[in-house]
Amino acid sequence: MPTLSHYLMLSAVLFGIGTAGVFLRRNVIMILLSIEIMLNAVNLTFVAFGRALGSGDGQIIVFFVMTVAAAEAAVGLAIVIALYRHRESLNPDTFTMLKW
Amino acid sequence: MTQFYLFGTVAVAASLLVIAQRNPIYSVLLLIVSFGALSGLYVLLDAPFVAVAQIIVYAGAIMVLFLFVVMLLNAPQEETERDARAHLGRGSDPMRFGALLALALVAELAWALTRGWESGRFGRGAVSSVAALGRSLFTDYAFQFEVTSVLILVAMVGAVVLARREDRPREPMESGETQPEDRVAPGEE
Repeated sequence: MPTLSHYLMLSAVLFGIGTAGVFLRRNVIMILLSIEIMLNAVNLTFVAFGRALGSGDGQIIVFFVMTVAAAEAAVGLAIVIALYRHRESLNPDTFTMLKW
Repeated sequence: MTQFYLFGTVAVAASLLVIAQRNPIYSVLLLIVSFGALSGLYVLLDAPFVAVAQIIVYAGAIMVLFLFVVMLLNAPQEETERDARAHLGRGSDPMRFGALLALALVAELAWALTRGWESGRFGRGAVSSVAALGRSLFTDYAFQFEVTSVLILVAMVGAVVLARREDRPREPMESGETQPEDRVAPGEE
């Protein structure tokens, strides 16, 4: 049987992949996708700890994280659309001014 | 154990491919594969409701939203001047620094986790019934649940306001004042 450490290790690897995506990619949509990977890694940690502690709280927190992820995706993608309309680009290096 | 390694390998491989793809549409589709593997892991962890919610909410709703925006913007490639930077080996200095930071994070997490490697073995008691989860959600976590609904409302209004197309924000007002006079003039003739 896989232990808690197996799940935590897998979650750490997924979180590292998401972090690498945020650092390495130069596309706003790819950065948002990488953030989703990181949120899922954290969800896996919550469920694994809830299972190890015999508690349902971990799963409930996962529902809240999913809600926040949905809200973040909606607002983030709306910002991406607004930025693309002004700059015709998805490269975050072009979004250097706070005002246009 | 084999199921854990199967799902874990699929999740890690799909996530790696997500950040390696040049075309965001492939990334979104591969991320759905990764979410499917994660939902299998939730089943292994005796959390079937989270597994179903993962498929419905993430793969069904959020990823469709991403796919919609990727197709709406219709800018599948990263900019050509950045293509040289897309290859991890010969990147620019900020990119190398970012890769270094990501590797450092993985190394630190691995170091922290291997120190307590033998500690966690799952016990018998697992909360997997939807009834128990729902009771806890609507009693102990009722306030957080309501706050979440307000958050959804704010996000919805914010998304509508942010993505709204502002067609010449001031001019329609001014032209709206002048146009009726223009329209009246031909009517009098």
